[in-house]
Amino acid sequence: MNRSDLSVDNRNGNPIPHTVENEEALKTFITRILDLAKQGGATAAEVAAQDDVGLDVKVREADLETVEFCNNRGFEISVYVDQSRGHASTTDMDERSVNEAVQTALAFAKHTASDPCSGLADADRLASEVPDLDLYHPEELDVSDAQAVAEEMEAAAMEFDPRMYKSDGARVGAVSACSAYGNSLGFLQSFRATSYNRMMGVLAKDENGMQSAYWYTSARIRDDLDSAQFVGATAASRAVQKLAPRSLATGSYPVLFDCSVAPGLISHLMSALSGRSQYLKSSYLLDSLGQTATTRHLTLKEYPQLARAVGSRAFDAEGVATYDKAFIDAGVVSNYVLNSYSGRKLNIPTTGNASGVNNLTVEADFEPLANILRKMGRGLVVNSLMGQGVNILTGDYSRGASGYWVENGEFAYAVDEVTIAGKLDDMLKNIVAFGDDIEKRRNIRTGSILVESMTVAAH
Amino acid sequence: MSRDSTNLAKQSLLATGDISEQQLERMMSGMMSRQIDRGELFFQCIRTENWSLEEGLVKNAGYSLSKGIGARAISGEKSGFAYADDIRMGTLEQTAGAARSIAKLGLEQQTQIPIPTPIPSFYDDADPISSVSQDDKVTLLSQIDAFTRALDPRVVEVSVSIVANHETTYVCSSDGTNRGDVRPLVRFGVSVVVEKDGRRERGSFGGGGRHGLSWLYENDTAQNFAREAVRQALVNLDAIDAPAGPMTVVLGPGWPGVLLHEAVGHGLEGDFNRKGTSAFSNRIGEQVASSLCTVIDDATFPNRRGSLTMDDEGTPGQRTTLIENGILKGYMQDKLNASLMGTTSTGNGRRESYAHPPMPRMTNTFMLAGISDPEEIIRSVDRGIFAVSFGGGQVDITSGQFVFSATEAYLIENGKKIAPIRGATLIGNGPDIMNKVSMVGNDLALDTGVGVCGKEGQGVPVGVGQPTLKIDEITVGGTSV
Repeated sequence: MNRSDLSVDNRNGNPIPHTVENEEALKTFITRILDLAKQGGATAAEVAAQDDVGLDVKVREADLETVEFCNNRGFEISVYVDQSRGHASTTDMDERSVNEAVQTALAFAKHTASDPCSGLADADRLASEVPDLDLYHPEELDVSDAQAVAEEMEAAAMEFDPRMYKSDGARVGAVSACSAYGNSLGFLQSFRATSYNRMMGVLAKDENGMQSAYWYTSARIRDDLDSAQFVGATAASRAVQKLAPRSLATGSYPVLFDCSVAPGLISHLMSALSGRSQYLKSSYLLDSLGQTATTRHLTLKEYPQLARAVGSRAFDAEGVATYDKAFIDAGVVSNYVLNSYSGRKLNIPTTGNASGVNNLTVEADFEPLANILRKMGRGLVVNSLMGQGVNILTGDYSRGASGYWVENGEFAYAVDEVTIAGKLDDMLKNIVAFGDDIEKRRNIRTGSILVESMTVAAH
Repeated sequence: MSRDSTNLAKQSLLATGDISEQQLERMMSGMMSRQIDRGELFFQCIRTENWSLEEGLVKNAGYSLSKGIGARAISGEKSGFAYADDIRMGTLEQTAGAARSIAKLGLEQQTQIPIPTPIPSFYDDADPISSVSQDDKVTLLSQIDAFTRALDPRVVEVSVSIVANHETTYVCSSDGTNRGDVRPLVRFGVSVVVEKDGRRERGSFGGGGRHGLSWLYENDTAQNFAREAVRQALVNLDAIDAPAGPMTVVLGPGWPGVLLHEAVGHGLEGDFNRKGTSAFSNRIGEQVASSLCTVIDDATFPNRRGSLTMDDEGTPGQRTTLIENGILKGYMQDKLNASLMGTTSTGNGRRESYAHPPMPRMTNTFMLAGISDPEEIIRSVDRGIFAVSFGGGQVDITSGQFVFSATEAYLIENGKKIAPIRGATLIGNGPDIMNKVSMVGNDLALDTGVGVCGKEGQGVPVGVGQPTLKIDEITVGGTSV
């Protein structure tokens, strides 16, 4: 390919946002690669290409620490020779590397097994029109502006409380992404999206030791970000709240997953409902369509085409149109999370989730956090989880946790070095309250979640 | 071994972009100015091939090529970093210029790239991807699938995978570094689901290292991984609920060394200690573990997953004593943190790729053997657990709190293993737990080569190891109170 097709001008390092021409260049590139695959004997092929530029500036102790210029390009191709598939990807868009990738994918397709379920998405599922989801809001990316915001955020954190000890860095970042996907059924679409973020890491210290915490904000539009002041102060308040941790007596207690860790709980449920874990029979929720999986007070829906949202996309990684749907409807499983392949394995049409879930949203009777804590009376609020102790096949759950103890519905003291354990099935069926502190920064939109009882082990 | 990896790597990388030695020197000189202490250019090409089988079919075969340049300009504690996804002169100029923007423009300083000095290599530079043909990879996957299913009628799902990497790196820096490396890395894994009376459990096992794939055919390696995966899964079919609360824990040899990686390893990385954010900051010379513990990071084991002939800043791989008889001896350093702390790099400057800046990272981290018989260690426990396999771990550097999650463990009562228990997370505080190590076995083993360590979003291959250890008390996160 012509090298200039994908290159982004970054004179003096400051990345310039993408233009429509960048999208067109990606599409021209994809068309060429699809032709190359066809000439090489592919009966079908699909290509995704991307070109992202970004800037990440980190300030620590009131001085610039790192400036990173990001420039991610690359493409990936799947070729099919009848029902056999080969795959290749490269970050190097040099003609020689591109050819090598295509030829290798073709060679691989001669070695892989013929699989009746493999292949492109069915033509009638492809997005026929692609709405503008208002995801692209470019701004001049400038190091000194980013530095000023980071310095303000750090100052807000360090001034928050006399027990603030050190900054672990204030980061300000911006990415402009340009993506395109095409396949040999004639589908060829592209889109641009921006994302902005601010993150503050901070340490607090008292006579009992040091504790660290962080907070961040992210959005498609820079002006939608939380203020540097707010992010800095929130990070600081979370670090201070962790000081002087105590332990507990090992036992069973109510556990509240605060809004920063509650999305994780929902993501475990989605893993169990993924098409892949269903057809490989590696889910504790096997064959659960129409079965109860959670409390009947929970409905879980995705809204993939919300304007400006973090998780929005008009079509998935196979070009399939995304659409609103419930995965859990009043506690009952109403859809699995499917792509074309897992759909064919299960004899169900794809749900347009080849790129995962999009803006997955908890719908329930929300209550203010303070009310939930009063209702809980005494129990553990978890705001940080550690480790990988979640087994989707068996539903066994055991993770390291820290947070704080609640007595009489109010903060009593910080708690760390405990584990929380249970069965995912019991935990999700015994959710007794949903907070109104909804996290819109995340692709999974939920507030705090109160689980009636879990085993808490402590030293 | 005294092969000339540097010239091999340098020539192949610079040749792809028609970049001459003179142009490289001109670039380095251009990056330097009065405010820049060190300029560095890193060239890399990684080819990866992976093959996988599930449901009896070799469904996936993938190839990926990642090639590019990372440029860094360092001024005091500041660093500018930029990268580009190809290797050619125009991109190199842009990238170096961007990195340099960290400091205000000044006069160029002449930089010369010296003649490289050869260093010993800890692995072969042969390309592991072509060490076994594509046909043979497919055949092996199918054979291991059939072999695994035949091991036990309760096996209902089998997945098998082969991954081979071939990485070529070259780094030149204004401090005189001019060194390259050619690194092989392979991994093979088997995962099974077994079913009995409606209960399903998983078992997984694998391994690899910096060598070719022919190792899979030697000593029944591939078959042994399959046997181990099935054995673990069958054990878990009978697992009872794990206990909850503090108790004595015996950790088996090898992979449970993830304890050391989490409890002490990360906390001894130079960056956290320079910034004073680690639970181990300013504690050199202090007792941080029981006197039975000597912990080492060693990049020089031949062909190990975590081994490095040179790190990603061109510093030769080395053996660093972290803790000796319980006393904290030293940190793991990259160049930046070492110079700011007034010491030298220990060869631990690593990066996931050219698109990521280097930082201090572990290589192969392990504890030296002690004198106890492993059987005697188990016999010494009245009530506790014996954990032999783990899924992974995580640590909070600042508080020292760490976890690791057991995937195969047993309840011990009156000195005997009495029943397998369900997966449970263990949690403790690094310095506290290391002081509770009361017996160290004579059976040091390194893991089979599966570890990936994540830090600030960057993953690098690492090794761990340890002998059987007894920890007098650690919190076990089961469900049974």
